[in-house]
Amino acid sequence: MLLSVENLAVSYDRIKALHGISFEVEEGEIVCIIGANGAGKSTTLRAISRMLPVEKGTRMTFGGQDLLSYPADKVVSELGVSHVPEGRRLFANLTVMENLKLAAFARTDPRGIERDMERVFGIFSRLKERIGQKAGTLSGGEQQMLAVGRALVSARRLMLLDEPSMGLAPLLMRSVFEALEGINREGTTILVVEQNARMALHFAQRGYVLESGNLVLEGRSEELLANPEVKAAYLGG
Amino acid sequence: MAFFMQQVVNALQRGSFYALIALGYSMVYGVLMLFNFAHGDVFMVGAYIGFFVSSGLLALSAVGFLSLPTGVTLALVLVLTLIISMLLNSVVGMLVERIGYRPLRGAPRASAAITGLMIGIILETSNLALLGAQRRSFPDLIPGETIHVLGVNITPKKIVIVAVSLLLMFGLHLFVRRTKWGMAMRAMAYDYVVVPLMGVSINTIALLTFGLGSALAAAAGILYGVAYPVLDPYMGVLFGWKAFVAAIVGGRGSVLGAGLAGFLLGFIEIFVAAFLPSTMRDLIAFSIILVILTFRPHGFFGEPYSAQLRL
Ligand SMILES: Nc1ncnc2c1ncn2[C@@H]1O[C@H](COP(=O)(O)OP(=O)(O)OP(=O)(O)O)[C@@H](O)[C@H]1O
Ligand SMILES: [Mg+2]
Repeated sequence: MLLSVENLAVSYDRIKALHGISFEVEEGEIVCIIGANGAGKSTTLRAISRMLPVEKGTRMTFGGQDLLSYPADKVVSELGVSHVPEGRRLFANLTVMENLKLAAFARTDPRGIERDMERVFGIFSRLKERIGQKAGTLSGGEQQMLAVGRALVSARRLMLLDEPSMGLAPLLMRSVFEALEGINREGTTILVVEQNARMALHFAQRGYVLESGNLVLEGRSEELLANPEVKAAYLGG
Repeated sequence: MAFFMQQVVNALQRGSFYALIALGYSMVYGVLMLFNFAHGDVFMVGAYIGFFVSSGLLALSAVGFLSLPTGVTLALVLVLTLIISMLLNSVVGMLVERIGYRPLRGAPRASAAITGLMIGIILETSNLALLGAQRRSFPDLIPGETIHVLGVNITPKKIVIVAVSLLLMFGLHLFVRRTKWGMAMRAMAYDYVVVPLMGVSINTIALLTFGLGSALAAAAGILYGVAYPVLDPYMGVLFGWKAFVAAIVGGRGSVLGAGLAGFLLGFIEIFVAAFLPSTMRDLIAFSIILVILTFRPHGFFGEPYSAQLRL
């Protein structure tokens, strides 16, 4: 078991966003969590990357280590979990290259960094042509590529992806997901949350359905795609 | 003309102090969205550290620790004083961050502002408690005859003060632009929330920012001590406020802006005092600043928006 989440509960101020959810991700898998607006998908990822405090009773382990004993930056640099946040959140004032270099900040293996950067440019060749450009001036698709590229340079055991399809035209969306499949084949486990359930379920092998802070369904992607409730609620009938 | 040039030289010296201090305000504000109102007092502490370090070094050389020509000894003492005091004062700045501000991260901004004021008062009064009310006079590390160039009086002090200040500012500029640490500071200024997702510790960058600003404040304190050799525990109050104003006029978090605005303030002050009674200096200088801010509310180089969002 690479990632194990047990009884994860998170509150914002006094509003409970997650009511104690449990799920697991195996090494090498692509797993998705689908759900409507406000279901708690982003909250789940933020809790795993330790951006948010969790409530008592929550247990989370990664590779056998207690996730809760790591601060957010160490989750990346020591455990190898990267997080592509909602809305990409690039540093618009830095160039493409600087964004990538910053993602490698805590790494101490210059050769490995160089190899990973080359790999990013191999997957997203459009970024290579734009290394000196400010990230804020990239197109939406290029920004998404850079956000994924940044995650690849920062850590590669587990990648948490928050709505990678958001704002992308169908064709570009497909090529981003193909790139992510390639990244997964090279050994990075992926946990993706999506509102675009169809895309996510075709991409992932397994999925969970999150509804108002509770996991209500889980199964293999084919099962979920065929499930009448999922069809009605998330796949447009 | 000679009179005018003389004022320019004086303004460059005065502006150097404001610029060096303003950089510390500006960096902390840019990176951490925090007005460090204790910074003027950190400047004062830096001046005192410089006083003790330089007096100590001079005492060592007096007992024959170093037997070099006087000029060389003094130059060496100045350089060592700068280096040692900047290091020590950066530790002071980091302690201010660690003890004063870190526990308040995420608290309302007003709490942090009040904390800054309190830390400032604590620094002033502990200085008073430890060292007593007597004023200290800073050793003259840059003696030398006044040189007359085309009717303008220039002292070696002024040349060294302006040169060292410019050198430090250029060094800071290179650090922020060229190193990965500077890059992390710029990233944090844009959006600190996602910085940990890059594997970068916010606490480390916060300490670095305070450390750098305080090191520059120590340099300002030493150069100030050389120019105006009387130190007292409250020397950082009004001076700090003025440098703070320069940082705001320069623009949020802009290193270049803070530097230039520091010099601008020096120019305004010196030129007002040159033509009008000196009692009107601050009144007119700050009125001019008020007008500038009315037309450029984000300062000269500030960005009119902030990308700081919640994740
Ligand atoms: N910073 C915050 N402060 C207060 N409440 C929040 C905060 N962030 C999220 N919430 C609330 O928590 C709940 C879950 O939000 P979350 O962002 O996890 O949803 P989501 O499933 O990612 O939705 P979307 O698909 O729209 O991105 C929502 O009701 C939201 O309003
Ligand atoms: Mg979301």
